[in-house]
Amino acid sequence: MSEELHRIRLSVNGVTREVELPARRLLSDALRHDLGLTGTHVGCEHGVCGACTVLVDGRPVRACLMFAVSAVDTEITTVEGLTREDGSLGPVQQAFAECHGLQCGFCTPGFLTTVTACLRENPHPSHDEAREMVAGNLCRCTGYQNIVKAVERAAELADPQHDDQHDDQHDDQQSDAPVEVQP
Amino acid sequence: MKPAPFAYHRPTTLAEALETLAGESYAKVLAGGQSLVPLLSMRIAAPHALVDINAIPGLDTIEVSEAGVRVGALVRHADLLAHPDVRRVQPLVPEALAHVAHATIRNRGTTVGSIVHADAAAEMPVVLSLLGGSVEAASTAGTRTIPAGDLFLGPLESALRPDEIATSAFFPALPAGAGVAFEEISRRQGDYALAGVAVVVHGESVRAGFVSVSDVPTVVDLTGVPDDELGEAALAHLDPAEDIHATADYRAQLVRTLVRRVVTKAREAAA
Amino acid sequence: MTTKLMGQKVQRTEDQRFLRGQGRYVDDVHAHPTTLHAAVLRSPHAHARIVDIDVSDVLDVEGVHVVWTYEDLGPLSPEMAEPLPLLIPHPDLTQGRTQYALARDEVNYVGEAVAFVVAEDRYIAEDALDRIQVTWEVLPAVVGIEASRAAEHLVHEDVPGNVGARSEQNTGDVEAALARAPHRLQLELDIERSACTPLEGRGTVARWDADTNRLQVWTSTQTSTGVRAAVAVKLGLDLGQVDVITPDVGGGFGVKVMHPWPEELLVPLAARLLGRTVKFTEDRREHFISSAHERGQVQHIDVGFDDEGRILGLDVMFWHDHGAYTPYGLIVPIITSTQLLGPYKPEVYRVVFESIYTNTVIVTPYRGAGRPQGCFAMERTMDKIAAYLGKDRTEVRAANFIQPDEFPFDQGLIFQDGRELEYDSGDYPASLEKLKRLIGWDEFPALREKMAAEGRTVGIGLACYVEGTGVGPYEGAHVHIETSGKVKVATGLTTQGQGHATVFAQLVADELGVRFEDVEVVTGDTRRMPYAVGTFASRAAVMSGSAIHLAAKRAKEKALRIAADALEVDEADLEIVDGVVQVKGSPSTRLDLGTVAVLSNPLRYAFDEASKAATQFAVGDPGKPPVAEDDEPGLEGKDFYSPQRATFASGMHAAIVETDPDTAEVTILHYAVVHDCGHLINPMIVEGQIHGGVAQGIGGALYERMAYDSSGQLLNASFMDFLMPYVTEIPDGIDIDHLETPSPLNPLGIKGAGEAGVIPVSAVVAAAIEDAEGFPITAMPISPSDLHTLRQEHTS
Repeated sequence: MSEELHRIRLSVNGVTREVELPARRLLSDALRHDLGLTGTHVGCEHGVCGACTVLVDGRPVRACLMFAVSAVDTEITTVEGLTREDGSLGPVQQAFAECHGLQCGFCTPGFLTTVTACLRENPHPSHDEAREMVAGNLCRCTGYQNIVKAVERAAELADPQHDDQHDDQHDDQQSDAPVEVQP
Repeated sequence: MKPAPFAYHRPTTLAEALETLAGESYAKVLAGGQSLVPLLSMRIAAPHALVDINAIPGLDTIEVSEAGVRVGALVRHADLLAHPDVRRVQPLVPEALAHVAHATIRNRGTTVGSIVHADAAAEMPVVLSLLGGSVEAASTAGTRTIPAGDLFLGPLESALRPDEIATSAFFPALPAGAGVAFEEISRRQGDYALAGVAVVVHGESVRAGFVSVSDVPTVVDLTGVPDDELGEAALAHLDPAEDIHATADYRAQLVRTLVRRVVTKAREAAA
Repeated sequence: MTTKLMGQKVQRTEDQRFLRGQGRYVDDVHAHPTTLHAAVLRSPHAHARIVDIDVSDVLDVEGVHVVWTYEDLGPLSPEMAEPLPLLIPHPDLTQGRTQYALARDEVNYVGEAVAFVVAEDRYIAEDALDRIQVTWEVLPAVVGIEASRAAEHLVHEDVPGNVGARSEQNTGDVEAALARAPHRLQLELDIERSACTPLEGRGTVARWDADTNRLQVWTSTQTSTGVRAAVAVKLGLDLGQVDVITPDVGGGFGVKVMHPWPEELLVPLAARLLGRTVKFTEDRREHFISSAHERGQVQHIDVGFDDEGRILGLDVMFWHDHGAYTPYGLIVPIITSTQLLGPYKPEVYRVVFESIYTNTVIVTPYRGAGRPQGCFAMERTMDKIAAYLGKDRTEVRAANFIQPDEFPFDQGLIFQDGRELEYDSGDYPASLEKLKRLIGWDEFPALREKMAAEGRTVGIGLACYVEGTGVGPYEGAHVHIETSGKVKVATGLTTQGQGHATVFAQLVADELGVRFEDVEVVTGDTRRMPYAVGTFASRAAVMSGSAIHLAAKRAKEKALRIAADALEVDEADLEIVDGVVQVKGSPSTRLDLGTVAVLSNPLRYAFDEASKAATQFAVGDPGKPPVAEDDEPGLEGKDFYSPQRATFASGMHAAIVETDPDTAEVTILHYAVVHDCGHLINPMIVEGQIHGGVAQGIGGALYERMAYDSSGQLLNASFMDFLMPYVTEIPDGIDIDHLETPSPLNPLGIKGAGEAGVIPVSAVVAAAIEDAEGFPITAMPISPSDLHTLRQEHTS
């Protein structure tokens, strides 16, 4: 007996792709194994660690707690979609590099997507708010000290007042510019 | 850790959803899925079918009136938490919601789903009980209103029948002059509480709901109990249990500490 | 002029990939629908005999390619029918036992591999597992040190008393020393099991190339050469037929050093049989029940000391729970027994340990590897002595320190590498002074008083440790300067987030005189460096760092020789700056390193403009061989570093904690670290390692434990119930100060830093809680519920 497949369209990082999947395929697996977007990582598959966090209609969501078939009619952004069109790093990515906010890098995509969305809602977080933004993601390497610094630095980098060079950054982020990623 | 196979239905009307549900021998309703999907992935549950209600229009509304807050089945915790009128009409709802898991889970998880999951360690079932709210259930046979008092039958067991979909929950408004507060203690922030207490104070009346210290969401009337006896009075109705995170005695200690703190806060809020 | 990069906070080069989602972890390799996926049926019982396994139902499942039980392995490769190797034999390990890749007729822990399935995807593979029928005869389980010592039941029926090893070391007659000591105290201490739990679990991908008769294995390991050797032996292949590539690794912390895991053999075996790429990705539950744990020990201490608190005799006996099998020998308890001494010099020391069997997951090193337990024993002892004498806890420690002029200091013991435990350098009094300033030790009484006035309870604690880092046997490096001038560096050990691509490039840029961005480092690829050991024991910087430094030096020497020849100047007059060889003081006489690389390799063919310069009519003395007798073509340097013994880093931590009088919750208000790992290559990375270590230590002190029930079921095999800290559980700010006491044992004067952060945390937190509460804390980790129970006991 073979399992029923569902032909669905997934819109990821501004690109719509058609895939044929069984209903039980987790969104995390579909992104990784069917679309080849391996930047989204799977750390626990029960929604606790946050490594698989992607943005669904702009909001951070655990990709391991959604079925791909349930993600139709949504706009998904993965870590691959945070890089700017010209290939340079977005402000959150840049801040993590500057602040040494990552070590093994495995949990990092979940932090990047989460922080990106949170800074859109609250571009000028207090120190406590910066900590709260990353409170639902596990990291085993960094002890979080530099991750919190990176959140605060990202807010600075994304602030158009802060630095001329990054004037356009915030808007770029909002537009979810399409990025074609090879499967 | 991958789910067993299941048939998948994505109805676009409630009627279609109810018919599909009625036709399946063992089906589960998928709304937010934040509790359900881990159970499926661990193969603790293996329903034959899922009825995904996310494509049904009209279930994602929050209706706020002077009577209270009606929350549709697809309303995510995050939206209810952020709604300014909800806070005005029934502040206990957002106060408790802020303790539901982590923000990312609240972005997808639904309040109605959490209620009918009927976990006595979860915040929203107890809040519904304490406030005397209700759940609206629909089936092909029609709709009915289940008062919170009749909803929670046992651990993870609600009065919702397998062919029913909970379409909304209703939280009555806070009467003028009343005050509420909520507090819980968990091992890590965002974990299930080791113990939690919600309190409504209205005039002389003091009522408290308890999280994680009984099999089903439990509300205790503490009206007239002297402050230094609140804990023991509450514990007479509760059954804190031991698990790997805490002894029963420690949970009882948390009940004593929390109930006094939360009653005080609720009184302050009422004033 | 090139700035010296050693000691600079250089941003990490690897981050560019990681931040774009372009890291390549093992599950990302061959992420393609044609890849087959494996799943493992694991024992649901802690101790049971396998009566029968029926796999007939599985064959009906569409998409299943392989179902194996133990019986299937021998015919495929005779070595696979043998137990897995006992990797580190030791003469005291008289009763070593290892498991089979798939259980033969008995299982000894929940999670032990019983059957192996390969299917079209992991979903179908798990469907297949559900259909395997095993008939079990359940046997009594031995869980916990107490049950194991009682030996009412045996884990292995041929191991009497459940004792795998008994080991003793001493530096004199401890009984006599204790007898003549003016004061004497005893302690009973207990540390529970925990685990590394990296965010990425284990994983292996294998591909058999029938055209070249070779096996390619990607595995998330801390030792690619170790896996390579094991795979070759177990599959009956020549070493030269097996390539092991360690891609990006999502954290290790020790658990990925164990080799070979059953799946690291079964996946390649299946790939060879099927001629298809096969992948195994461990899930989180599997990681809890089938990857290694650590830490579980019960310790008894008898100490004799004088009026100053100087230790005259220290007699330690401890029991180490090593789980169901002993693949990694006695490394963890040996480290506890030897590193327990820390920065101190008791007059006489005796340590005896028993390494004992339980029906639980195996134990192999977890960051710190036995040191957190040793530090706990020693530091709790120091605190108890201080309390007994009514002395300040720092004074008692200072009275026992090895002094700066006493190095090298021989502790008179044999270390984990079979060599003498001789400390190379250190300055413990200076560290203590720094720590006292950093935490505000002398100001604490005033703080305590102020807090008490607000109804708040606080306590302070400290702990000191010494860590033998950079153990041998060796590491090697290969530095290759390409004709483009770019420098390709390979070292064989692996990387799990330590920033090797950055720090090693810093060393090469400094030594060779090239631009940092022109250096590319590859680790853990046996095709590039087949001789290597692995990344554990805080050894990467010391071992590979030194090897890379030496290899770069060799490449530089060759470059200077060739350039001197070409420029017709004396070698001694040349320098290399930003990738250009030039005459000192006369930089216009110069050659790019790329050109030197061209000249180093006499060519017959001109591939491009640059290589024209190296063809036979362009270079060379027609009267001599194109490659001199004692030379070889190419601009390369290769070298190995193999030190006589480990180098000893050290550090001291202190914390101020607050305990809630009602809820017994513990909050760390201030955490301070003084750290001495010799010269720092990249302070940003070292501090990151310390942050992470401290956080892991806090997890181990306050949150994380393996909760087994008496039947051997692990009750918290998920991130829901195994409480790895989020940011909300870690102090907001960790104060760090460095001391740089160079090691005389290596050319860079460095010591290892990777494990340091985690070692003293349980001791520090226990001391601070004890100070706050006023009763002894002897068991870790401690939860609010545990503290509440202790309060009840001490008030009744």
